[in-house]
Amino acid sequence: MPLITLNNVSRRYETGETTVHALRDVNLQLDAQAFISIVGPSGSGKTTLLNVIGCLDKPTQGAVSVNGTRVDGFDNRDAAQFRGDNVGFIFQNFNLLPVLTVYENVEYPLVMVQNVPENQRKERVMRLLDAVGMADQKDKYPSQVSGGQKQRIAVARALVADPKLVLADEPTANLDSVSAHKVIELMRGMQHELKTTFIFSTHDPKVVREAEIVYTLEDGQITNRETRAGLTN
Amino acid sequence: MKNIFKIAFRNLKRYKRRTLLTSLLIVLGVVLVIVFSGISSSFKTMMIGTITDSMLGHLQIHKKGYVSSIDNLPLHLNLGDKQIAELTELLDKQDNVEAYTFRIKLGAMLSNYKETTNIRLTAVFPDMENKTSPALADRIFESTKSADKFIEPGELIVPENLATGLNLKTGDDLVLVANNKDGSVNGIGLKIAGVMQGLTGPSGRDGYIHIDDAKALLRIDGNEISESAIRLKNPDDIKQTRARILHELEQFSNEKGKPAFELHTWAQLSPFSTIVTVVDLLIITVKIVLVAIVLISILNVMMMSVFERVSEIGTIAAIGTLPSRILGLFVAEGFLLGLFSTIAGNVVGVLALNLINLANFQFSFGRMENIILKTSIAPGELITVSLIVIAITLVSSFQPALKAAKMQPVDALRHV
Ligand SMILES: Nc1ncnc2c1ncn2[C@@H]1O[C@H](COP(=O)(O)OP(=O)(O)OP(=O)(O)O)[C@@H](O)[C@H]1O
Ligand SMILES: [Mg+2]
Repeated sequence: MPLITLNNVSRRYETGETTVHALRDVNLQLDAQAFISIVGPSGSGKTTLLNVIGCLDKPTQGAVSVNGTRVDGFDNRDAAQFRGDNVGFIFQNFNLLPVLTVYENVEYPLVMVQNVPENQRKERVMRLLDAVGMADQKDKYPSQVSGGQKQRIAVARALVADPKLVLADEPTANLDSVSAHKVIELMRGMQHELKTTFIFSTHDPKVVREAEIVYTLEDGQITNRETRAGLTN
Repeated sequence: MKNIFKIAFRNLKRYKRRTLLTSLLIVLGVVLVIVFSGISSSFKTMMIGTITDSMLGHLQIHKKGYVSSIDNLPLHLNLGDKQIAELTELLDKQDNVEAYTFRIKLGAMLSNYKETTNIRLTAVFPDMENKTSPALADRIFESTKSADKFIEPGELIVPENLATGLNLKTGDDLVLVANNKDGSVNGIGLKIAGVMQGLTGPSGRDGYIHIDDAKALLRIDGNEISESAIRLKNPDDIKQTRARILHELEQFSNEKGKPAFELHTWAQLSPFSTIVTVVDLLIITVKIVLVAIVLISILNVMMMSVFERVSEIGTIAAIGTLPSRILGLFVAEGFLLGLFSTIAGNVVGVLALNLINLANFQFSFGRMENIILKTSIAPGELITVSLIVIAITLVSSFQPALKAAKMQPVDALRHV
């Protein structure tokens, strides 16, 4: 069974007189444990698609299932609960909490979302911080580390609660090419190691090359699916 | 919970200047309330004490109808032997009664053989009176007598105004002339034993004589009194004690079946009680100002916090923080701000009251001069003020917090 199923999903935005079709009748099945990229021109609906999959946004039409659960009818609270239990997020602007240390940022989903007891948190947080190479910076605040480091911390935060799925909307857009490459390498390494599913959107061809499966969106529709030679499918 | 407060606290620290400014405003409000109610309630207590401890007592019992005609000091409304016995028995078994006294009130003419004037007299049993009005004897100038015998038969204590006006001195001989109940006139000679310092109000012409002299002057056989004044052990319980005594007085009725006695509190007998009401009203007004300060400043600062942190709210909402927890984060922030400000306000307020005490501010009240203002505030009052501030803090941070909790993560995340 696929991890994610979209059936005839559309998302319209009504802004005054005009209607924008951000997604049109999208049918999509994504398998678990894949490293998936979504590409397409600006305004093609990449962010909207990721938001719908990640329960941040609801389709105006169609059905979305994630990990066997219909998620398109959730109310705010249920959606938050589902995201906390199943989805990790990596943002373009890193979005670390400035008042928390590196350690506390990674710990946040365990404390404020999952209610994991204190004695079980430390080991998991340190394991992730080690994996992203930030263990020695754990007591710094986000303002004291570089952009690439921030995104590594964000990767650790997205993975700390063992989600089924990690969504990353343009995770490298605010990074220089060296840092961008490192972050993508890290994401791929973690995906292999933890058997999580990663879906990320990007404009950067060098980043796209790292993906196993690449979907192309154009004007709210999926127009192409490519798999990298020598990998799955 | 611990982590909610940790994050809330760090966010307060993050906007140091703003937090301090808001906090300062609340501290100022709390200090204002503490200092104001400390001063005014101490002033109030002191003034009440002066009136009750040297004149009125806390409660007074008369024959029914006496107080409404108290200005003519009617002798036909006195209480007789039987009622005195009833009152004695009733008052002796009251727990909260510290002491009581019996008095005859009368009007008389006072003459020093050259001039004549009218005077209001209170005839007393000196030992009973001293126990009930412990501050009375202190008001007699140059008295060499012990307080429980401040007046003896054959003696008169004249009020300060008359002593000055008629040029009277201790040791002078005077004549008192008064009408009896039946209308005939009688007179007795007395010696001045002291001059009584005046108090505010109608006491400007009040003198004291021994009750035996009053009986001789008025030709009273047996016993008769106009009023009984009662001093309570705990004046704060005056309401309950009044109700209890009133209930027991109900068993006594006169020939017509109407109540025999009437009972009044000092507040009902003194015009000063209106001042007390005004003071209480002022304290309430200052508290309302405090509530307004806290409400507006917390609401304002929390609104700013929410609007400044929209994208952070979007982030924590996106990664699964439940709306109720986001609400908790912001309410906790307002609560902490209110709590710290209240604590600081209490500390500064109590310090300020102590400083005022150290400064020995002097003021005068009526004829009493050089009263030193001693302020104090009841711990219960501090707790009440603190609870009000904290409750208002919670109320006013709730609305901005709810706004944060209800934000849609997509919209919040798009906000930069
Ligand atoms: N909240 C919104 N209100 C109105 N229109 C919106 C809203 N969000 C997105 N859109 C529109 O929907 C379409 C798809 O937007 P989306 O953000 O998904 O594109 P994208 O592929 O992520 O673009 P980019 O590469 O620039 O990030 C665009 O035309 C956009 O203007
Ligand atoms: Mg986008």
